[in-house]
Amino acid sequence: MVRHRGRPYGVGGGDDEHLTGRTPGALSPVVTLPPFQALLDEHAADLHRYLVAVAGPHDGADCFQETVVSALRAYPGLRRDDNLRGWLFTIAHRKVIDRARHAARHAVPVAEPPDRGHLDADATGAEDLWAAVRRLPPKQRSAVVQRHLLDRPYAEIAEALGCSEAAARQNVRAGLVRLREEVSA
Amino acid sequence: MTDDRLPPVPTTNDGAAADDGTAATDDGVTAVDGERAVAAALRRTAAPPAPPADVSRLVADAVARADALDLVDVAYAVTDSPIGPLTVATTEVGLVRVAFGTEEGVVDELAAALSPRVLFLPDRLDDVRRQLDEYFAGRRHAFDVRLDRRLSRGYRRRVLEALTAGVGYGETATYKDLAVATGNPGAVRAVGTAMATNPIPIVVPCHRILRTGGSLGNYGGGPETKAWLLRHEGVRLLF
Repeated sequence: MVRHRGRPYGVGGGDDEHLTGRTPGALSPVVTLPPFQALLDEHAADLHRYLVAVAGPHDGADCFQETVVSALRAYPGLRRDDNLRGWLFTIAHRKVIDRARHAARHAVPVAEPPDRGHLDADATGAEDLWAAVRRLPPKQRSAVVQRHLLDRPYAEIAEALGCSEAAARQNVRAGLVRLREEVSA
Repeated sequence: MTDDRLPPVPTTNDGAAADDGTAATDDGVTAVDGERAVAAALRRTAAPPAPPADVSRLVADAVARADALDLVDVAYAVTDSPIGPLTVATTEVGLVRVAFGTEEGVVDELAAALSPRVLFLPDRLDDVRRQLDEYFAGRRHAFDVRLDRRLSRGYRRRVLEALTAGVGYGETATYKDLAVATGNPGAVRAVGTAMATNPIPIVVPCHRILRTGGSLGNYGGGPETKAWLLRHEGVRLLF
């Protein structure tokens, strides 16, 4: 017997916390969330591809684990189930940014060797290109990868980045501009 | 916003990505072509997807770490048996579900009834699976596992508790017997419902409950499965 005591979804709206109930328990859940395992079965491969592309294989694997743990922690408090994929990618995007900030704070003044080995050995141009992708500012990087590696619609990219669709387009475009400058330099 | 230091962007009408077919302004033609080439290169050289085995290992690692942080409310696994695959699930309290087959619906129900933090985590079910193996090999006559009975309530739960306590390996009883044992001699139908909705079959041995007169009665896993289990326990069936 399901009673609609809370509002449906869209509670809070606006910022990127809108999927999470701020006061768990204050309102009964109005959605029946699928088993978390189903989310992993459906999205883990793409999530991993995304994280490897934006953070490199090593950091990407770490970010993947952190994303799963953070998502699982927040999962029961979700008040919407209409864009669980976008929600997962929002968390993943934040993990990448956190990691980049942490690295910047603890940077050693020696350039790390480029993280190679996950691209075809003969594709040196591709290696340079993907290395350039990982040097993009986080939002552009995330937007470019979601658009051109994972083929996601702009609406979903916007959701993951917590910005408007126009801003998502702008980030993809700016990222491509910068990549063109870098690879043709 | 830490990353709004955008490079100068060639003017196009709406800033759409080059692959959207946006017409470029005159002075933007070269740049847009260049970006289209970059986008094409990204797609062509897409960082090769890690082999599926690699991702499942990463998922398993992440789930194990989440489990260590007590973030897995329901762990499930699938185990093979002579009566077909069984889905088994446990909470921090104990074994909560045994289901015939591997239907996704079972896991969905667990998520709805208990917690959406349901994960495939066979390690947490090693002990249960081992005991089931021993039972099916004929080496175990009683299960020594903690049970989480929260999927049954009220009278049904009392009936199932009486069943677990009162009807041992190789024994049988009738629906009527259980109704009497639980102080409701007239509640034969309710006992039938309790058996039919037993969330932990085999371990909570509803297969040992027969109709008055000795016919099998129904069973969640099908009457053949019920007959198989009873013969396995050495019961001579009259029907």
